[in-house]
Amino acid sequence: MRHLLNRKIFKTMVVSTIAVSSLMLSLAATSTENEVATLRDQTKLVEQQKPNLIPKVVNKDIKQGRNYPMQPPVIPHTTRSYEVNKNNNKCMSCHSRQRTEESQAPMVSVTHYMNRDGNFLAEISPRRYFCNQCHVTQLDAKPLVENTFIDMHSMMKQKPSKTAQH
Amino acid sequence: MTINRREFIKANAIAAAAAVAGVSVPAAASNLITSSDMTKLKWDKAPCRFCGTGCSVNVGVMDGKIVATHGDIKSPVNKGLNCVKGYFLSKIMYGKDRLTTPLLRMTNGEYDKNGEFTPISWDQAFDVMEEKAKTTLKEKGPTAVGMFGSGQWTVQEGYAALKLMKAGFRTNNIDPNARHCMASAVGGFMRTFGIDEPMGCYDDLEAADAFVLWGSNMAEMHPILWTRLTDRRLSSPHVKVAVLSTFEHRSFDLADNGMIFTPQTDLAILNYIANYIIQTDRVNKDFVSKHTNFRLGETDIGYGLRPEHPLEQKAKNNGKTKGSSTAINFEDYAKFVSSYTVEYTSKLSGVPEHKLKELAEMYADPKVKVTSFWTMGFNQHTRGVWANNLVYNIHLLTGKISTPGNSPFSLTGQPSACGTAREVGTFSHRLPADMVVKNPKHRAIAEKIWQLPEGTVPSTPGYHAVLQNRMLKDGKLNFYWVQCNNNMQAGANMMEETYPGYRNPKNFIVVSDPYPTVTAQAADLILPTAMWVEKEGVYGNAERRTQSWYQMVEAPEGAKSDLWQLVEFSKRFKVEDVWTEELIAKQPEVRGKSLFEVLYKNDSVGKFPLTEVPEDRLNDESRDFGFYIQKGLFEEYASFGRGHAHDLAPYETYHKERGLRWPVVDGKETKWRFKEGSDPYAKKGSGWDFYGKPDGRAIIFALPYEPAAEEPDDEYDLWLSTGRVLEHWHSGSMTQRVPELYKAMPDALVYMHPDDAKARNMRRGDLVKLVSRRGEVQTRVETRGRNKPPKGLVFMPWFDASRLVNKVTLDATDPLSKETDYKKCAIKIVKV
Repeated sequence: MRHLLNRKIFKTMVVSTIAVSSLMLSLAATSTENEVATLRDQTKLVEQQKPNLIPKVVNKDIKQGRNYPMQPPVIPHTTRSYEVNKNNNKCMSCHSRQRTEESQAPMVSVTHYMNRDGNFLAEISPRRYFCNQCHVTQLDAKPLVENTFIDMHSMMKQKPSKTAQH
Repeated sequence: MTINRREFIKANAIAAAAAVAGVSVPAAASNLITSSDMTKLKWDKAPCRFCGTGCSVNVGVMDGKIVATHGDIKSPVNKGLNCVKGYFLSKIMYGKDRLTTPLLRMTNGEYDKNGEFTPISWDQAFDVMEEKAKTTLKEKGPTAVGMFGSGQWTVQEGYAALKLMKAGFRTNNIDPNARHCMASAVGGFMRTFGIDEPMGCYDDLEAADAFVLWGSNMAEMHPILWTRLTDRRLSSPHVKVAVLSTFEHRSFDLADNGMIFTPQTDLAILNYIANYIIQTDRVNKDFVSKHTNFRLGETDIGYGLRPEHPLEQKAKNNGKTKGSSTAINFEDYAKFVSSYTVEYTSKLSGVPEHKLKELAEMYADPKVKVTSFWTMGFNQHTRGVWANNLVYNIHLLTGKISTPGNSPFSLTGQPSACGTAREVGTFSHRLPADMVVKNPKHRAIAEKIWQLPEGTVPSTPGYHAVLQNRMLKDGKLNFYWVQCNNNMQAGANMMEETYPGYRNPKNFIVVSDPYPTVTAQAADLILPTAMWVEKEGVYGNAERRTQSWYQMVEAPEGAKSDLWQLVEFSKRFKVEDVWTEELIAKQPEVRGKSLFEVLYKNDSVGKFPLTEVPEDRLNDESRDFGFYIQKGLFEEYASFGRGHAHDLAPYETYHKERGLRWPVVDGKETKWRFKEGSDPYAKKGSGWDFYGKPDGRAIIFALPYEPAAEEPDDEYDLWLSTGRVLEHWHSGSMTQRVPELYKAMPDALVYMHPDDAKARNMRRGDLVKLVSRRGEVQTRVETRGRNKPPKGLVFMPWFDASRLVNKVTLDATDPLSKETDYKKCAIKIVKV
């Protein structure tokens, strides 16, 4: 929360990338309809907003819903100093089938035990070895643009006449 | 203990979810919908919108919206897998700020370069574009008109654009952003083999005994190929992986031999390996004597900067001879590389001698099948073509080429860098199927296929990407259309070249994009654009695989595809508006016709009727123009390559297959080119046939190490490398709008060595500015992230629209390929 507040305060301050003077800091804040690049937050191209603080990794261990069944779940905890390399895979020390009883972490999906040809292996498939190719942590940062993606479940619910038949 | 923790977490999760939604917990969430017509999704295949790997994706549609995507189990490329970006494809089209109306800078109802963006209709947009284009053509001629396109255009879009520019407006000022990406790879292929694109294919990943990554962070930039490489390495213990880079990154997690080298010294390492192979008598003499020639290349060729730059003044051979070479023999070559000893190379590169030897032995051992991968480390290099030539040298000296697992493999960055940019030839010097505008025979072939008079295609190469920016700034390029890319964020030296170029009052800049990007903000006219499966198209991936998809959903009301924009705009021009009387006189029947009729709605592109579009399929462009335009464009384009070692299958085939690797001859794809037996074009009895060259022999080039354009000095004391990240696609205009991807990697930080930070009294998270001779950018320090630079080098990715690192980068290019070196410039970092 703290960084969000800071971010807001920073938004009112604009720094020039050409000539940085304290005078310009206060003068350049005005913008017109021309600053259309949403991801730049109404900043002229030759200027720059003051970068916000590095957000913290969300570390609440609370599962985040998925947008669709096939979406890889995001990681609800920090993975700082987790080694995943050819000698170690720290993630599997909690998420492998053998470890979940003790860890109470979700087991990796059964698909992760399948090889390229769809056959099951006794251990996690090497092609799924690097967890971080699909699973990412989330930082405590507020998206710059809303996304209007609609969940298929919500879409079905929007068809009341048909659902009523069940 | 564990049960308590579970209960705790569960209770928290419900409470948190309820709090976020602002509602009480629903009493019954058990209305399971079981009716199949309710739960049914319409699934269809499409290649992924992102990198050059070319994964196939299954796209699920419900009520006209994409609701799910997942890796296509039937695709040989990815076999059901996606990377994190690919898994979130479903959401890239649904950023709330999708553009739905053209926006023109206006004051008091009139166009004004300094006016405010104002919504206008498509008709009004084309009116002003038409007027600006016609005025420019009339006053300054075709060389003042230009276009900057993309390796993300569909094949059909690239082909339509190429025709409009080279045959319609008769200008060669068309270039793709692929120029920033793999122009050096193209240069390397053409110079060594005389024909573009990799000889091998992804099947090499399951066949090789050793992999060498040269300036390629596959773990982040080609994640699905990385899963295949990982699969091979971890399931076959004898397999080894060597990784070379100027800083440590995620691909080092799998490295048996990881090497950090001083920027630019890869050239020396490559020559050292060749020297090692010769010194240890492991040259494959039979292969070398039958299939190669040796040549000595021109040196001291400059750095592709403006001619008045001191470095260009100093360079001896940066003129017309820069790409020339002279024939030498094996002994001359052996002598040339003999100075690249392990001692010299180790000292220059900073790589320990034993690591260099281990690497060289991998290549030299005749029993080890080696696949080399490279991406931007080689290509974005002021000696990029040389680096490509030098890695081929190694594979040619050992004969480790064109057989399963033996593969020098250039990876591409964009989904259709190969398909659209390279194969279609949307470059300022190119035509389809590896042909060039300079060659009168090639122009004649194009003019014949296009049914246009001799002399239509101009013979002088146009402005390439970097030169376009310079010519915009100099006021020589005045009508400029940008499609499917974000070059204000990508182009190097933004403050001195790109920005002044776009905002030059003499110029009219049109930018087509689905979203209001950094480049759109620099435009005079913004055109709202349909994307990905909102249109039908074809992409070509890095292993020569051509893949097609159907339109699956409607674009937002008001947004139109690049193809529609190009073809609709062509209706605004009569042949007399753009051609000389002299040219029209050669084919008087075109007089009075529009470019639309001459280029598209003719008996070639226009010959496939609307009835060939499957009835249940969307196809906005074809239904609007009245014929199956994607098929017509594809088939006419394909006629350039059929019978010339670039054969493509009939268009319909691609809708059925998960792609095919060209040349497709007699319905069969080609896995390994140039090898008798696997490539139908390799002559019988040849063994190997490098048929791109007249004598069937590939060239081994003697080329030296030469220093970078800009190196750290007392004031600017750090190397800066830029690059990409796993979670974002290039400039982030799609992926930054997906909340999960944004939150995974929201900001571009500067990755630096903790000692470098300490020496500057900086800590992780500190606000700093990166300053070069050209500009500056502010960001925050990261000392413990996924990238671990050595002392003396920092890395900052370029996906972040709010922190434009291209204000700092140098627009030095490879003088041969004209590709920018984004990996090396000198900066200082100071606390803010």
